[in-house]
This record gives sequence, C-alpha cells and structure tokens, in this order.
Amino acid sequence: MSNPTNFDLLKVAFIGNVDDGKSTLIGRLFHDTDSIFEDQRSELERSSARRGETKLNLALFTDGLRAEREQGITIDIAYRYFATERRKFIVVDCPGHFQYTRNMITGCSTVDAVVVLIDAENYVRHGLMEQTKRHLAIASLLGIRGFVVGVNKMDLVGYDESVFRRIADDVRAAAMKVGAPDLHLIPISAVDGDNVVARSEKLPWYPGATLLTTLETLNVGARDAAAAFRFPVQRVIRGATATNPNFRGYAGRIASGTVRVGDEIAVGVSGFRSKVRGIHTFDEPERRVASAPDSIVLTLEDEIDVSRGDLLAELPRAPRTGSEITARICWLGATSADPATTYLVKHHHRYLKAKLVGVRKKLDISTLVATEGDEALGLNEIGEVSLKLSQPVAFDAYAENRTTGSVIVIDPRTNQTVGAGLFL
Amino acid sequence: MKRRNYLEYLESESVSLIREVAEEFENPAILFSGGKDSLLLIHLAVRAFWPAKVPFKIVHVDTGHNFPETIAFRDELVKRFGLDLVVGSVEDSIRRGTAADEKGPDATRNRIQSVTLLETIEKHRFDALIGGARRDEEKARAKERFFSHRNEFGEWDPKNQRPELWSLFNCKKAVGESFRVFPLNNWTEMDVWNYIHYRGIEVPSLYFAHKREVFVRHGILYAVTPFKPPLPNEKPYEAEVRFRTIGDATCTGALVSSAKTVPEVIAEVAELKTTERGTRADDKVSETAMEDRKKQGYF
Repeated sequence: MSNPTNFDLLKVAFIGNVDDGKSTLIGRLFHDTDSIFEDQRSELERSSARRGETKLNLALFTDGLRAEREQGITIDIAYRYFATERRKFIVVDCPGHFQYTRNMITGCSTVDAVVVLIDAENYVRHGLMEQTKRHLAIASLLGIRGFVVGVNKMDLVGYDESVFRRIADDVRAAAMKVGAPDLHLIPISAVDGDNVVARSEKLPWYPGATLLTTLETLNVGARDAAAAFRFPVQRVIRGATATNPNFRGYAGRIASGTVRVGDEIAVGVSGFRSKVRGIHTFDEPERRVASAPDSIVLTLEDEIDVSRGDLLAELPRAPRTGSEITARICWLGATSADPATTYLVKHHHRYLKAKLVGVRKKLDISTLVATEGDEALGLNEIGEVSLKLSQPVAFDAYAENRTTGSVIVIDPRTNQTVGAGLFL
Repeated sequence: MKRRNYLEYLESESVSLIREVAEEFENPAILFSGGKDSLLLIHLAVRAFWPAKVPFKIVHVDTGHNFPETIAFRDELVKRFGLDLVVGSVEDSIRRGTAADEKGPDATRNRIQSVTLLETIEKHRFDALIGGARRDEEKARAKERFFSHRNEFGEWDPKNQRPELWSLFNCKKAVGESFRVFPLNNWTEMDVWNYIHYRGIEVPSLYFAHKREVFVRHGILYAVTPFKPPLPNEKPYEAEVRFRTIGDATCTGALVSSAKTVPEVIAEVAELKTTERGTRADDKVSETAMEDRKKQGYF
C-alpha cells in the first residue's frame, strides 16, 4: 500500500440517487487500486456467496451494517481511506435515499469534492432524478468546489455515446442552476471497472481521464493562505511553562488564514484589541507563525476578557457582527421548523438561543428555482430564513468561511440536530 | 514557512476534538486498552492541554487476561504524565455475578468486558468516554461519528445516528445518556505508526519482534499463556513474533516478524496484505460481530 505523508489530501464524497452504484463504485476503486486487503476480500467473497451472488459484491465493502446488507442499500455514511503516489484520499460513501438525506449532508459538510453518480439506464427511462438534483444543490450549497459526475452503468446502455451526451447536457443545465458550473463528466461502469482506474476500450469515443486520474489531479483550490485570520477560542488554558509560572493562553484550531507573533487582533463582538504575544504548542513551545488548520495556544500582550466562544480575528479584515442574520437552512428534523419555538444553535464553540423567523425563499428541488413564500420548512427542505439570536455574534458569510459562517440548529426538547445553517 | 505534513493535520484535528470533550462534558474519561491507539490518545491529550495537565481520568478495563507487559507499560505511563487511573475489573464483575465467563477452549472475555465497562461508567458517572477506535479498522467502525451518542443503556443505534456537520458537535443529551468520542477516526494504522515515529513515542515491547512460545489455532498464531493453553493436539513452538494489535491475550493473534524498530515496523506494515484486525478472533464470530458488540456498549 502506498504511504505518502505529504499534505496533498482529497476528501471526496460519493453522492447521487439510490441504486446508482455509489457503494459498488467505491468498492471497485479500492479493488482496482489494490487497496482491499486479503481478509477484507475473503470476507466479501464469503458474504457475496452467502447471498447467492456469483460475482464479488463490491458494495459490501462499504455497506458494513447488518441492516444495510439485509436491504442492499446504504443507510449511513461510511469512511474509507486509500492513497496513491500522488494523493491521500478520504472517501465518504453517502446514502442515496431521500430518507437519509441528513446523513448525506453530514458526509458532504467536510469534503473538498464530490463524485455524483447517475445511472444511465435509469436516465433513459425516467430522465434526471429529483434526488440527483437535490444532491447537486446540497453539494453546491455546502461550498464544495470539485464536481465529478460519473455516468454509471454504461454497460447497460450499450456504451452509447448519445446517451452520455444527453445526460451531460441535462446535468450541466441542472448544475448551472445551483451554481456548480465546473463539472468533470466521465462515462463508467462500476461493476466492470470501465474508466474507474483503467481506461476502457469499450468507450473509445471518450477521450478524457479515468475517475482515479481525475480525482488525483482535481484542483479544489489550495487552502487559502491569504484568507483573513480567524481563531475561535475553544478553551482557556492555565498552567506553568518553563519560562512562565502563570501561563494563560487561548487554545483553539485556526479556522482560516495565518497568525504571526506581533500581529494585531480584535476580539469578536467586544472589539477589544491586543497583540499576539506568543504562539505555543507542546512540540514547539515558541512558534513564530501558524496557519489553518493548526491547533495552537495563543497568548496576548494585554489582560483582556477572552473566553470560550469568542472569536479572535485580524485587523483590518474584521468579521461582521449581529444578532439577526440571514441564513440558508437545510432542515433535517422530522417535524417542520416552527417560528414560535426557541431553538439552540451552536456557532463554533458557543451555544445560543435562536428563533427562525420569516422563511423568505424556498428552493424547489424539482425545478431548482427559489420560490417566495412564508410556509414552514419541512424535512430535507432548503430555505432562506432570518435567524434571530439571543446574543450578537461575530461571523462571516459561509461562502467566505465555513467555520465562522455556519451553525447547527438543535431542538432543545429532543436534543436532536434539526438544521444546518449557512450565513449569507 | 515550514510546510505542515499530513500527520500534523491529523494531530491538529484530534487535539481539537479532545479539547471539545473537556469543554462539553462534566465528567469525561479516556479509555485505555494498553494498545498503541489508546497510547496515542494519551499523547494527544497531553498535547491538547499542555502546559496544563490532562483533566480526564484514564479508564482501563482489565480483563485479567492481559499480557504482563501491558500492565507494566500502563503503570509507567500513568506515573510519567501524572494521570489519574481508574481500573474496572472483569474478575470483579464475574465475582459479583453480573458477568459470566464463556466456556470452552475458545472462550474470551472480549464480549463480557462490555459489562464491566458499563458498570465502571455507571459507578463513576462518566458522561463521555474517549476511545482510540479508528474507522479504517473495521466496517462497523467505518460508520462512526466523532461524537457518538449512547442511550442510558450505553447502546449504539447505527440506523439513527445524529447528523454531524462541519466541526460543530452537538453534545446535548438527557440525564443518564452518554457519548463515545473517537478522535482517531481519520487515522489509519500506517498514520499511527508514522506518527509514533515522527514524535518519537515509546510503545510497548509487544509491538516489536521477540521470541516466545506460540501455537496455531484456526489459522491464527496465539501466544502460550495460562489464559489460553494449547490443546493436546496443538504443539507449541518458539517463534520470533510481534503483535499488530494488543487486546487481551486470549483473542490477540501474533505475527511472525523480525521488525525490531519503529522504521522496521513501518516498512513491514506497508507490505502486509491483511488488515490489522485480521488476526482478531473476536471479529470473526459472525459477519457483523463488531456491530453487534458495539450495539451492546463495546467500543
């Protein structure tokens, strides 16, 4: 197995409608890159045989739960890891069922790229599925930059180029509507491995790269070193170091940008200013500089009030502040969002009370058009709302910063996570 | 500026998760098994809270079937970092009658240790337990969240896991419920060894090649111990072996190896054709053995 320790990492989620072959494709990708271990392979052989299947059922590689194997579907996301000489990959297998959309959102919230699978044979009969459009819309909404579209089951449509072209046109139009203009389209057969790792002779009309090569070379934009420095304070640490018996520092993980000793910073809403006195870690007690996504401890020149939930930010590129924020919400709760209910939101390391007032726009998944309206948001619906918070917060737009621009909505009656919020 | 490598990325992610546990829960603890992954957890916890001390208790569920090296290493570690150790004993559970040993030559305490674990959680009222499980180990573990909710019986409900968006962790729970937290989810076996090498972390001697009496059962090489004696037809012999994972002595298979240093182990792991848990008898009981145990409260 290949083993690079360099930082070229691609996190990629496999999405699309149910039965489009996501789990099978992941199994195939691992199989053909020699990333399935012998004991995993014999487990797959045994389990396939037990199900009366003559071929190796590659979907069982990620469908690890009893209920998934019984039903032949993916219920929750599974993570798998592999590496080639070029890159390390974290692969997330997402469920296609509408019922498990919240698990798909979970899987997509931390990735850089998605592979959207489309079943070519199903397309010929039914056109582009609503769930495919929903997944495209969600991935785009979550700010994912790399979109690869695998047109799967080409073997079942006679490797017909015209089918591939029709799907390509349709999916490009749908992606354009949700703001995902750059697509890499690849005709494949996950079951047979065509264009997954090896080029297929059955698809001579396709001149482009295989799925693996596409993923190895996909440019999702280097983590932006020029982004504004944002540091959510996670914990105040007090202790004694070799040089300072009364050490008091602010621990956290840099959300974006770079910080250097001597930089001027401001504290979130309060606006207090100070300078960075030191950057500290266990292995490098005195660092000069640190960047996202490092976990560090910062000390400041001045004794100012800073605690968990505060946001340290650079000047002059300060975050916005406010207590009534327009946000896109993906509703994940079984009961609709209720404007009269006081919910809890978590914004980086801070909980706040919140109300969702005024659903302004809703995205109609079948047409991918935003409609005006003030009805409540139901399960798996996406809408634009006004989020009224009990305290002002320092924040950025989600498009600029995933960490300071996002919240989760919690129902305090059930403690369930019922919504994902993205600040506009 | 120095380019940070992938290991530092993983380290940063884990450190952040461990700090979040300290803030979100009243009484969290780290589960220590004696293996390299839980050892890594402790080293990451030291990094997360430096220059302060680790604010968690360390819980060890002692099956009574440990290799003596494991216990010696544990006690040394506790002393070195000034840790607060709590031991839950499977022997005690058996004596109390809350757990019963399995019968026959293949008996292990792997499954009944969940009973002791849940009793220890209840006794100390732990509301979050940090474990060293990794997603790459096993297909049910591949499904885990970082923050995994457990009902008041310690059960995992894999069909109804909470959404877990970005790095925003919903740690709210009702009284009696708890969380299992897995800061090493994204690490692979290879990452763990590379990190051990990168940070110069000391690991138990069992991980390196040494001579010992072994015998073969069901294709797995077992150490001869008082807890798992060979049957009359199983001829013990001396071999140079090392352990790839360390559970208790009754279910941990050995690997014929000459790797005596961390770089040699790394080179060997890169060539191995089986997964780490390929020598764990406890995973082979059924197709979904791990999931079944996890539902009961196993890690």
